[in-house]
Amino acid sequence: MDFDATFLARIQFAFTVSFHIIFPSFTIGLAAFIATLLVRWRMTGHDHLHRLARFWTKIFAVSFAMGVVSGIVLSYEFGTNWSRFSVVAGNVTGPLLGYEVLTAFFLEASFLGIMLFGWNRVSPNLHVTAAVLVAIGTSISAFWILAANSWMQTPAGHEVRDGIAYPVSWLEIIFNPSFPYRFSHMFTAAYLTTSLVVAAVGARYLLAGRFVEESKTMLRMGIGMVAVLAPLQLVIGDAHGLNTAKHQPVKVAAMEAHWDGSKPADLVLFAWPNEAEERNDYEISIPNIASLIITHDVNGLFKGLKDFAPQDRPPVKPVFFAFRVMVGIGMLMIAAGLIGAFLWWRGLLFNARWYLWPLSLAWPAGFIAILAGWWVTETGRQPWLVYGILRTKDAASPVSAEAVLTTLVAFVIVYSIVFSMGIYYINRLIEKGPTGASVKPSEGVPSRPLSAAEEAAHEAIDKKG
Amino acid sequence: MESLEGMAYWLPLIWLVVLGVAVALYVVLDGFDLGIGILFPASPEEAHRDQMMNSVAPFWDGNETWLVLGGGGLLVAFPLAYAVLMPAVYLPVMFMLLALVFRGVAFEFRWVAKPHHQMWDIAFAGGSIVASFMQGLILGALLEGIEVRDGAYAGGTFDWLSPFSLLTGVAVVGGYALIGATWLVMKTDGPVQAKAREQAKFLLPAVLLALLIVSLWTPLAIPRIYERWFSLPNFFLLAPVPLLTAYAAWSCWSGLQSGHDTRPFVSTIALFLLGFLGLAVSNLPLVIPPSLDVWQAAAHPSSQLFMLIGVLILVPVILAYTVFVYYTFRGKVRAGEGYH
Ligand code: HDD
Ligand code: HEM
Ligand code: HEM
Repeated sequence: MDFDATFLARIQFAFTVSFHIIFPSFTIGLAAFIATLLVRWRMTGHDHLHRLARFWTKIFAVSFAMGVVSGIVLSYEFGTNWSRFSVVAGNVTGPLLGYEVLTAFFLEASFLGIMLFGWNRVSPNLHVTAAVLVAIGTSISAFWILAANSWMQTPAGHEVRDGIAYPVSWLEIIFNPSFPYRFSHMFTAAYLTTSLVVAAVGARYLLAGRFVEESKTMLRMGIGMVAVLAPLQLVIGDAHGLNTAKHQPVKVAAMEAHWDGSKPADLVLFAWPNEAEERNDYEISIPNIASLIITHDVNGLFKGLKDFAPQDRPPVKPVFFAFRVMVGIGMLMIAAGLIGAFLWWRGLLFNARWYLWPLSLAWPAGFIAILAGWWVTETGRQPWLVYGILRTKDAASPVSAEAVLTTLVAFVIVYSIVFSMGIYYINRLIEKGPTGASVKPSEGVPSRPLSAAEEAAHEAIDKKG
Repeated sequence: MESLEGMAYWLPLIWLVVLGVAVALYVVLDGFDLGIGILFPASPEEAHRDQMMNSVAPFWDGNETWLVLGGGGLLVAFPLAYAVLMPAVYLPVMFMLLALVFRGVAFEFRWVAKPHHQMWDIAFAGGSIVASFMQGLILGALLEGIEVRDGAYAGGTFDWLSPFSLLTGVAVVGGYALIGATWLVMKTDGPVQAKAREQAKFLLPAVLLALLIVSLWTPLAIPRIYERWFSLPNFFLLAPVPLLTAYAAWSCWSGLQSGHDTRPFVSTIALFLLGFLGLAVSNLPLVIPPSLDVWQAAAHPSSQLFMLIGVLILVPVILAYTVFVYYTFRGKVRAGEGYH
């Protein structure tokens, strides 16, 4: 169990999990968006809502497939890379993952078939129901996996005997101290991410003068969500941070690059944390504001990194910088939402090219913020795997460094191919846009004969849609 | 065994059954859709491939979820077994996962990429073959036994590689191809069906041969398995297993000969389940042969119980809607027809 194998296993896990989270971040929100479109279509009968739902379902199918296969990898990596983790924490985390499979994965995976292939085979009501069930499945899935992850951050409801954690209260395990914050923060993050992608695609079409009716719907729905959720996310994130200050003070000290706990903390806007000399280089900061944020008192004190032994501190730089990336993007999202809402209110939204243009490029923002957020959370937990119970270096499997390296290289190659092709295909689907047949609300057959041109386009991109 | 009373005695046994059912369901369900991929290289025509893939497209994701339940279930019920097995078969597991990635995304990418989808045909076929072969390797390695010391894997990086595990690897590929072919006999018509029928006639004897070799090899190589099958009265009690296997094989063959559409598939399922039962009989109550039994590997009873409640309530629900999905997409998938 040399350091090298452990280190490689960490890189491998970080790489595969970071790859995975990109897809849930999108599919959780997109499933709900499609379900909403379909429900609205059933209620109003507006054709363009149905066309939009079909269009986004194709993109959903591609993303979902990538989410599923990358997730299966993760569920096995617990054993292959972190076998001590299964022994020490398996009694607690095992059932949480088990419930995820039983309550969520089967639900999504089964009704996905009907959602993707059932357009003309089942009644519209059943089809809408399948879409709603898939959306519910993705949310339940997030619930359980975040319960497991939150327990690893802030363990509760267990007792440790001979170094192994045993469950005592399942309610306390599931609703552990950081779970409510993490669940609401991640859930909001997923919806924000999707809303921004939807709005960006709407803006892209509108700038090009294509699919005007559909674009307006996308922009309204996307901007509306961002305007509400982005400020909400700031409130949730603030509460999340206060909670973390209580349970993982050293993580917060790293997020703020706060070294000396005996003085009030400045809000560091930029710095290069210098871990060897335990201070910040090139610091630009606003006096006492970090104290105000964390303790709600300008002269409040909270622990600094020096209050912890060096081997108990997380790496400072990734935590510090990733946190700034996330919060920075959060602020931009708030601005985008509020400006968009204002333009909409004044009736200017659809003509404001100066606004639509940057918006059309903003689709990656949510993904970057989510990745940054997870890097804060997970790297900030180091050197612990299960906080206070199991150190990462003690969790590794007895496998050789060569074996881990081989598979790491294989993962990087395979994921690079799959990911770039996936992005390429999604982009191609977006290029084509929401064309093709739509279905009358009352019956499950195409509402009008397809034109030859449409038919060809339709054939080319959605053989199965 | 006297000291292990009550729940701590029964729960691991119940869990062994639950896991056995999950793995058996996985092997049958994902078996036929992996089989479609294995048969892909033999059907170069695009239209045929479309038809083959369409016959499993709505189901594959649900099928593969049983694999997640198998791995997850092992972690939940027998964390120690999970912690020992996964490092022991590290490379085959990892390559299985990578192969499943290719094959899984091919289901979506292939349609979107048309007409430039050749690459995803290769990914689908290659991924299916590699994943199946790796599963066979893992099975072989497990049957041959895994070295455990102080509750951790104590062997090397390549312990899973042996003539026997290579044989089981090939056997699993053949077995999945057979169940895939009989699935096509049931779910398709026209040339695809005719071809699948011929393939099944070729695959069935090959699979039976592999089954026979494994059934002779394991008792001859491993005394404890010999003991299990050939001591009295076990020999007579267990005699129905090979007899039923022979009957299932005959039923599959005659179904193929006489133009039955469903009987070959159903008999192949029976064949799979009987083979699985045979392996279970050989090894019970070990989860990790030769040294870890269900009680040693078990999770804490309260974890097992908490999860078992969920299983007893939710698995019937899952099975119900799985049946519903299969019912929704019942009937033959005809040439040129997707689930539009
Ligand atoms: C916040 C949400 C979230 C997070 C943090 C994770 N996942 Fe995930 N996972 C999902 C949300 C999700 C999802 C939305 O339910 C899926 C379904 C398809 C998709 O794109 O993501 C998914 C799919 C998915 C699958 C395939 C399920 C199927 O067959 O349908 C597995 C096995 C996992 N995940 C396992 C994991 C593991 C072991 C994780 C942690 C290390 C993990 N996921 C983090
Ligand atoms: C899905 C979003 C997630 C992302 C992007 C993510 C990211 C990361 C990163 C970057 C690391 C490496 C930290 C380091 O070594 O410095 C890591 C480690 C790890 N995370 Fe997460 N994580 C996520 C969710 C989860 C969840 C939900 C769990 C468990 C239920 C989990 C369990 C682990 C484990 C076991 C490790 C490996 C040991 C370690 O290095 O700490 N992660 N993750
Ligand atoms: C607007 C201001 C924001 C604040 C103050 C904030 C605050 C925080 C804090 C303190 C954490 C770390 C919690 C811990 O590890 O204990 C965190 C994590 C995270 N953030 Fe943010 N956040 C903000 C915006 C965003 C945005 C816009 C997104 C994505 C769209 C996002 C996504 C995440 C994710 C995915 C995590 C990791 C999971 C978790 O611990 O919840 N955050 N955030």
